[in-house]
Amino acid sequence: MSFAPVSTITGVVAPLPLANIDTDVIIRIERLTVGDPAELGRWAFESLRYLPDGSENPTFPLNRPEWRDAPIMIAGRNFGCGSSREGAVTAMLAMGLRCVIAESFGDIFYNNCFQSGLLPVRVTASEIDQIMALAEQRAIALSVDLRSGSVRLPDGSTIPFAIDGHRREAMLAGLDDVALTMRDIDAIADWQQSDSVARPWVWQIVDQHQEMADDAKHPSGADRELDS
Amino acid sequence: MTAPRTMLDKIWDAHVVRDLGDDWVLLQIDRHVLHDLSGPPALDGVRRRGLRVRNPDLVFATPDHIVSSAPGRTGHSFAPGGELYDNLKAWAREAGVHYFDLGEEGQGIVHVIAPEQGIALPGVTLICGDSHTCTNGGLGALAFGVGTSQSLHALATGTLRMQRPKRMRIRVDGDLPVGVTPKDVILHLLCTLGASAAVEHSIEFAGSAIRGLSVDGRLTLCNLSVEMGGRSGMVAPDDTVFDWIAGRRFAPAGADFDRAVNAWRALHSDEEAVFDRDMAIAAEAIAPTITWGTSPDHAIAIDGVVPDPDTAADVNVRDAMHGALGYMGLTPGQRIVGTPVDWVFIGSCTNSRISDLRDAARIARGHRVAPGVQAWVVPGSVAVKRQAEDEGLDRVFTDAGFQWREPGCSMCVAANGERVPPGARCVSTSNRNFVGRQGPQARTHLASPATAAAAAIRGAITDVRSL
Ligand code: SF4
Repeated sequence: MSFAPVSTITGVVAPLPLANIDTDVIIRIERLTVGDPAELGRWAFESLRYLPDGSENPTFPLNRPEWRDAPIMIAGRNFGCGSSREGAVTAMLAMGLRCVIAESFGDIFYNNCFQSGLLPVRVTASEIDQIMALAEQRAIALSVDLRSGSVRLPDGSTIPFAIDGHRREAMLAGLDDVALTMRDIDAIADWQQSDSVARPWVWQIVDQHQEMADDAKHPSGADRELDS
Repeated sequence: MTAPRTMLDKIWDAHVVRDLGDDWVLLQIDRHVLHDLSGPPALDGVRRRGLRVRNPDLVFATPDHIVSSAPGRTGHSFAPGGELYDNLKAWAREAGVHYFDLGEEGQGIVHVIAPEQGIALPGVTLICGDSHTCTNGGLGALAFGVGTSQSLHALATGTLRMQRPKRMRIRVDGDLPVGVTPKDVILHLLCTLGASAAVEHSIEFAGSAIRGLSVDGRLTLCNLSVEMGGRSGMVAPDDTVFDWIAGRRFAPAGADFDRAVNAWRALHSDEEAVFDRDMAIAAEAIAPTITWGTSPDHAIAIDGVVPDPDTAADVNVRDAMHGALGYMGLTPGQRIVGTPVDWVFIGSCTNSRISDLRDAARIARGHRVAPGVQAWVVPGSVAVKRQAEDEGLDRVFTDAGFQWREPGCSMCVAANGERVPPGARCVSTSNRNFVGRQGPQARTHLASPATAAAAAIRGAITDVRSL
């Protein structure tokens, strides 16, 4: 789906100093069986955010008043590892997050971010430590600029981040992959046509069970010419 | 003269529809598998955009995640999943893709049925909206998990926009010690190399110990590639694979099969090919392995002790280990063998194939599940279930006090409400021991089917070699 274009995100950064936050932690799979995506915001980070009795866990940073409405999160390395569930991105967006900064990301999660407009920013371990130390002390605001690829700290200094050019342009335009690829649909048709000659076994899928059932019905097999 | 290429390069190059620049390509997707959780939103997305499924013949769908595994189940036995089940079935049929319903040959866990039904083949690109799609790499397919948006993209266009992963090889040479299964191999690789060893890489498993594995074993090995951070995992296809594929339901037959095998023989990495990362592990060093913590790389040899976080140099690692031990209710230095268990789950796309059930049945035969232990066997597919029943394995299990259930993901992910109760300890043949994975507060130990069966019989974590 297309989404609102993303260029600059400015606001408080919430610290979540844990490594390997997996997508099971971001959203439990059972929550995905319930309808409305907007509802998912309530269940984001459920196991960290609520105590077993259902009340808010006061030690979870995003439950604290200063970070509750933060649009930016900074987390430990390998954020979003684990299951491919795209609901993890949806849930984070639904709870108001627009950007997540980490040293590294789970591969599928990283890609999913670009399909819905959550900006994942990769910086080095020491830069994470630097921002995390500030963010954990008190509520500080960052300004993340996608166009220039930089994170501006409260003292005016900036930390650069790299993002692939294709991804940046699509995010700035609010275009997802489908919208881009449909422009090439004729080239795809041509390629598939010649591939079906080169690799017939990929394209001509025959259900052998069905074949056997048909053989039983028509023992001569004379009405078919499939196994030539 | 062409430069030497890895298996990844060869498959990749053969699927580039269009070069988009900056390393990006439009990649042809040969096989697409849908399940009941991520399938319906992807199919619905295609409809809502006014598009159609471009190559419906290459798409296969079946319910597995949110359906009950209880004997006699229907698609509505787990009521909250009923709508997803109905939608998958209705929209799959409307789109004209292959669909296997409950009880039909072909239904089962997506990564069990794709190889078994001849859907996954060497050298194809295969995707599914599920991270363990890498399982299919055991046949030599380039297979990876995708999100719902990518799944929608592939349904609508027959392609994905992708960047080539980096190349990684993990060699395991030598002879595996007696009692060591493919699950132990991959858990050992995880604890040795770590949960992020393969981030951004596609893994090729190689070496004599890998070549010696059966197809089922290769599928188990590749299943946990993603737990190492890998985009995919593969083993070069050989005669073991070709013989295994011959005659499968949707596999090529006759002259097409011979032609395919010829092409498949050329897929292996060239002798001189260079990998971005190249690692080697000695087969002899591997023991039956089990996890102690809340990440699949929190693993130790079964005769080992629970590690002491204070020996970790990195403070983050130390904190994570303390957290894991607290969650799991274990103490540093304690022997893992003898830890009492409450639940045993034999199933999941890691270890629910026929060879896994035979391994577990060999241990269970003639014994009884220990008092107070709940033990489930959930076969991976209708075909596996039928085969096991033909061999009498279901009786071996039920006579021993295990529950024999219907095919699906079940307690691997607890999406269908089948959970390990809070605080209970479970030895599970699945692939993730994350916090809350098998249910809130559930404590999961990942292990092989033999180790799981032994734990059920003894009521405690057990070294199968001591039986
Ligand atoms: S068995 Fe578990 S890991 Fe495998 S597809 Fe199902 S939920 Fe995913």
